[in-house]
Amino acid sequence: MKYQSQAVAKYYFIAAITLFVGQILFGLIMGLQYVMGDFLFPEIPFNVARMVHTNLLIVWLLFGFMGSAYYLVPEEAETELFSPKLALIMFWVFLAAGALTILGYLMVPYATLADITGNSLLPTMGREFLEQPTITKIGIVVVALAFLFNIGMTALKGRKTVITLVLLIGLLGLAVFFLFSFYNPINLVKDKFYWWWVVHLWVEGVWELILGAILAFVLIKTTGVDREVIEKWLYIIIAMSLITGIIGTGHHYYWIGTPRYWQWWGSIFSAMEPIPFFMMTIFAFNMVNQRRRNHPNQAAVLWALGTSVMAFLGAGVWGFMHTLAPVNYYTHGTQITAAHGHLAFFGAYVMIVLTMISYAMPMLRGREAANSNKSQVVEMWSFWLMTVSMVFITLFLTGAGIAQVYLQRYSDTPQAFMVVQEKLATFYWMREVAGVVFLIGLLTYISSFFVGGKEAEEIA
Amino acid sequence: MPSSYTIERRDYPPGDLAIWIFILAELLVFAIFFATYAFTRSNHVALFNHSQLSLNTNLALINTLALITSSYFVVRAVAAIREDKTRLCIHWLIAAVMMGFIFLVVKVIEYHHHYHNGINLRTNLFFMFYFSLTFFHFMHVILGMVILSAVAIKARQGHYSSTDFTGVETGACYWHMVDIVWLILFPLIYIMK
Repeated sequence: MKYQSQAVAKYYFIAAITLFVGQILFGLIMGLQYVMGDFLFPEIPFNVARMVHTNLLIVWLLFGFMGSAYYLVPEEAETELFSPKLALIMFWVFLAAGALTILGYLMVPYATLADITGNSLLPTMGREFLEQPTITKIGIVVVALAFLFNIGMTALKGRKTVITLVLLIGLLGLAVFFLFSFYNPINLVKDKFYWWWVVHLWVEGVWELILGAILAFVLIKTTGVDREVIEKWLYIIIAMSLITGIIGTGHHYYWIGTPRYWQWWGSIFSAMEPIPFFMMTIFAFNMVNQRRRNHPNQAAVLWALGTSVMAFLGAGVWGFMHTLAPVNYYTHGTQITAAHGHLAFFGAYVMIVLTMISYAMPMLRGREAANSNKSQVVEMWSFWLMTVSMVFITLFLTGAGIAQVYLQRYSDTPQAFMVVQEKLATFYWMREVAGVVFLIGLLTYISSFFVGGKEAEEIA
Repeated sequence: MPSSYTIERRDYPPGDLAIWIFILAELLVFAIFFATYAFTRSNHVALFNHSQLSLNTNLALINTLALITSSYFVVRAVAAIREDKTRLCIHWLIAAVMMGFIFLVVKVIEYHHHYHNGINLRTNLFFMFYFSLTFFHFMHVILGMVILSAVAIKARQGHYSSTDFTGVETGACYWHMVDIVWLILFPLIYIMK
């Protein structure tokens, strides 16, 4: 750690991992509810478990991004953080808001939560992924603005690099597009249209910039390859992400009442969305091959390479599978979507945050460059456990999805939704088992922070 | 970019390797677009031929000439920097950007004409493709102009010379891509019957 103020990142990372555990526990609860419908009913109904599972994911990833930025920007700008105190205050505000929101989901019925929080004054609740009470949303905006101010001022007073610039554009985009969560038109078509401006333009737009910037940063640090070479790649990757991703939003507009040209635009542009992810894979492996030194933190290198591969598979390949309008006509909203969602979020965003944590945490905990060999071995085990089990979750859901599409929509004698769900039970059971392995992987990951602490650092 | 990486350049391909990866990716997007156009047209030949009649081929021809000329100017810019004539290089680059500007103006006149006649994306399949393809290319012309301008500014700051001109070549390669795509787009949409 070069700058004292980078230490604030540690709070964000610890919170991120803690919420990650919560997310997985609720994932397992819902996974079981797929096959045992009344499990934990009425305490935690399926819709609540789902809301907690997805909301926790988003919140902990945001913690991860902010922590990454607080670590990365001072180092890139070669100066202390503008205000470590502000970063710390915002941490507690965000954590409190997040915790209260989740407790609200769990303790009172959703409609009551809406009443208590005064949703009627500015109605924004009730939409998938954006279920947070309006007051929480306002809190998120405040935290995001304070964060951007802090990071922006740090970048302004120090060295300006391409990585900081790309990261800042990504984070600014994240904040700007979130504002559309406050726009809640009566017209259902418009409602869905702009809802995607938050959801799609986050994960298939500005978040890719954040991903690219963090990946580039870790690669510069761990491979010692020239900054100029890495920055050049970063430029073409983000250019391609934006060229394909922005109009690619159209692949959500096929069947919601928008003009027909969206079927063409959405199909053509989103079909190209795997390109930037493929570039990222080539980029990461190329840089590691051209490395000028062997960084002692090999776990971080493994995470970085893993991110580039899994993001391509999850976001790129699994996205392409159902992105063309004629295919999506049958697959829309089936388990194929769930399969894609799982591998894409894990491969792209979970793994990039874990990459950054893996790289930064040893320094944040006072080590020179890396954890002990013993700790890294445990961490690498967790990498494989989580990655392989997530691949299996994806494969089982894909199997379920294909069967669902056929039985429910494609066959000559289509069957009802719940009838088909019964028939998919085997897939759901296997998915749940893979989910348990994922949890074991996550616990292994956490245990890696507590092993080999006294051993000398591995110097490669 | 005075790093050991950029100085150690090969003659082929000209410019930075990264721009070629970007160019290939861009060409892939256009190729998919062209293929989709061709496939759709084969199912609606009459509609496409009829709609095509309302396009202004003369304006498109002017634009074709503008882009070809601009590419020539870019070639001259590269030749100039190879001989250490920085000022001349900048002048040729500015000339190329100006031709790009002419292209944009003519294209806007065309769009305005269609808009005035009530023709838009939703008119029919042909115009959906016409507007999408030409506008996507339009945006590339703008991006190309930004890149050439950036190269001109860097040239003015003395970043290029007869021994280090990769940046100029890189910009030139991208601009030629923008030109070549138009050379396919023009006959495909305006001429082919």
